[in-house]
Amino acid sequence: MRPGMIQAIEESNDLNSTSNIAALRCSKLTKRYNDVTAVDGIDLEVRNGECFGLLGPNGAGKTTTVEILEGLTPADGGLVEILGQSWGAGNDHMLRQRLGVQLQETQLADKLTVEETVRLFRSFYTRGHSVDEVIGLVELEEKRSARVGKLSGGQKQRLAVACALVSDPDILFLDEPTTGLDPQARLKLWGIVEHFGKSGGTTLLTTHYMEEATRLCDRVAIMDHGKVIALGTPAELIESLEADQIVELTTRGELESSTFERLAGVRAVRKKESVLSLTVSDIGAALPALLGEITRQKAELVSLTTHQATLEDVFVSMTGRMLRDG
Amino acid sequence: MAEAGGEFATTAAAARERGARQTRPEGRLSPLVQLTLCRTREFLREPEAVFWVFIFPMLLACALGIAFRNTAPDKARVAIETSESAAGSQRQGNTLGADETARALNQSSSVAAEVMTSEKAAQALRTGRVDLVVRQSAGGFEYRFDPTRPESRMARLTADDSIQRAMGRTDSVAIKDERVTEPGARYIDFLIPGLIGMNLMGSGMWGLGFAVVQARNRKLLKRLAATPMRRSHYLLSFMFSRLLFLVFEVVAVVVFAWLVFGVAVRGSVINLAIIALIGAMAFAGLGLLVASRPKTIEGVSGLMNLVMLPMWLLSGTFFSSARFPAFLQPLIRALPLTALNDSLRAVINEGAPLSVSATALIILIAWSGVSFMVALRLFRWQ
Ligand SMILES: Nc1ncnc2c1ncn2[C@@H]1O[C@H](COP(=O)(O)OP(=O)(O)O)[C@@H](O)[C@H]1O
Ligand SMILES: [Mg+2]
Repeated sequence: MRPGMIQAIEESNDLNSTSNIAALRCSKLTKRYNDVTAVDGIDLEVRNGECFGLLGPNGAGKTTTVEILEGLTPADGGLVEILGQSWGAGNDHMLRQRLGVQLQETQLADKLTVEETVRLFRSFYTRGHSVDEVIGLVELEEKRSARVGKLSGGQKQRLAVACALVSDPDILFLDEPTTGLDPQARLKLWGIVEHFGKSGGTTLLTTHYMEEATRLCDRVAIMDHGKVIALGTPAELIESLEADQIVELTTRGELESSTFERLAGVRAVRKKESVLSLTVSDIGAALPALLGEITRQKAELVSLTTHQATLEDVFVSMTGRMLRDG
Repeated sequence: MAEAGGEFATTAAAARERGARQTRPEGRLSPLVQLTLCRTREFLREPEAVFWVFIFPMLLACALGIAFRNTAPDKARVAIETSESAAGSQRQGNTLGADETARALNQSSSVAAEVMTSEKAAQALRTGRVDLVVRQSAGGFEYRFDPTRPESRMARLTADDSIQRAMGRTDSVAIKDERVTEPGARYIDFLIPGLIGMNLMGSGMWGLGFAVVQARNRKLLKRLAATPMRRSHYLLSFMFSRLLFLVFEVVAVVVFAWLVFGVAVRGSVINLAIIALIGAMAFAGLGLLVASRPKTIEGVSGLMNLVMLPMWLLSGTFFSSARFPAFLQPLIRALPLTALNDSLRAVINEGAPLSVSATALIILIAWSGVSFMVALRLFRWQ
């Protein structure tokens, strides 16, 4: 990402934030565990009605950040404002009435049924959906009398989201809601989150799947080592690469990668093990040139793929690592 | 999903609508009732827990009842050495022949006498097959026995009495025996209230401790802490769910003991119920306190044993705690299981009114209240 681009994104944020009320705001948030700085000075603002994504690899500090915002973990420093209020100022009970939370690791009671679990959570809130409504929202009608322990991973996760939705919250927190789910279960969950967004709710979601962030989130903060390293809409972030395409190729015979950077239309080159990865702005100009360069270096092309740039490529370009490497 | 989206207005209008949303009927669900119901269901759906709480105490009562059943008292086993003199069975001065002695002894229902050679008698005494060897001697009898064995001392007294009578001694005063083997004074009568007390302690502590630590382990407590649930409600639901089981637990053992061993509740059943309830609350509080910090099942198990072991030993479940030295008594009295066992015995065995157990009940209530409050303070939600 170019320095100019960051500035442009930040300016557009400022413009938008004046015309929107923030559902959630934090500044200079820090949290340390012994010698690990899990959260290292994070500033975020989530606007009313938006779906905001925290995208980052395992250990980036997403869960810690979210749990501080949820009022479950005390921060070491920084300010948090949820719906205009702070935690520990005597309004915690009222605040919790308006939040829906799904935690990354919670296992609900195996011995209770779906309906009993939802009814229990419903009883904590003064307002919200009926038990039937919320079971309908997450499409668990057929499983309403089934024990939680007998549900599939996707069904369990939808139940966890049902427990978060049961109060019809103003802000919904979802911490890696689709990690470990198969594609179909993931699609179902995405539908639920989109539906909540259409009804006007604000969502803060963490994920390490860039497809998920791209599809669901209005804006994304990319996190690494406790810091926000990029912030913007998925489109803005991808544009900031100034790349149409990502070209990945492997060859027989060693390649000298530095010469590729000088080719027409190539913006960046990265070599990881045997794969040469090129960020390309003009595929029409770049492709003939780089094939010529391979021939010139007397190497033999084994494979070549190209794809549209994604958030994953944004992360790779900034950290040199893949999101799922952790 | 797509068609559902149409029902909702865009952001600003929807946000207003959200604020004005009506309270639905479910809004009246009481969280305390729901928590208690869920806790109870979870327990009943755990077959192992049901076994330990309901079946195990009955098996234990059965085993102990059989082991300590009232059998006819053991007879004193006596060996009589064959007399050295060949004529043997003739009266020699102030003594009896071996066979005559045996006959005289066997007339008593509490002695089993047998004639044997002196080597055999010596061996039988050594191996404990007989308690006493009787040998004729010049002008009388000789008793050989081990005075450190209570059975031998008993056998000596019993055999001596029979021999003296056979030789013509008469009682100087008339004696009448009154035997106390009727229900109410047997060991099983003492044992059953203790078993009820121990069971209330065990199921309260284990039942609550494991459930709480498991919920903590599975991050369920953290999830609950993210809701507006009142934290005291969560702990109270454990106390309330104990009340439901308490009825079954106590009734099961009382009815079982009455049918199988004829152990009757002499006092008022209502008083028994009140005592059991107060006792169960004390151990529910203690269970919550022990479970308020540990993160693992191993951790909580260790703590539970540490807390319960002294009470198993000291609180008079299997034998009276009065046997412990006086300086320990104040400590023993202050233990909740002692207070509960004593109160249960008062109402079951003695038919005493509640006022007799007032101090013990106050001790139990104090345990319950203090441990609940401390548990609420210490409780680790994540
Ligand atoms: N309770 C804790 N004690 C010690 N270290 C922790 C704790 N929670 C998180 N961490 C550390 O903080 C860092 C961030 O963790 P986390 O917020 O869970 O990341 P993410 O959710 O992005 O995977 C990791 O290095 C993790 O090991
Ligand atoms: Mg996480």
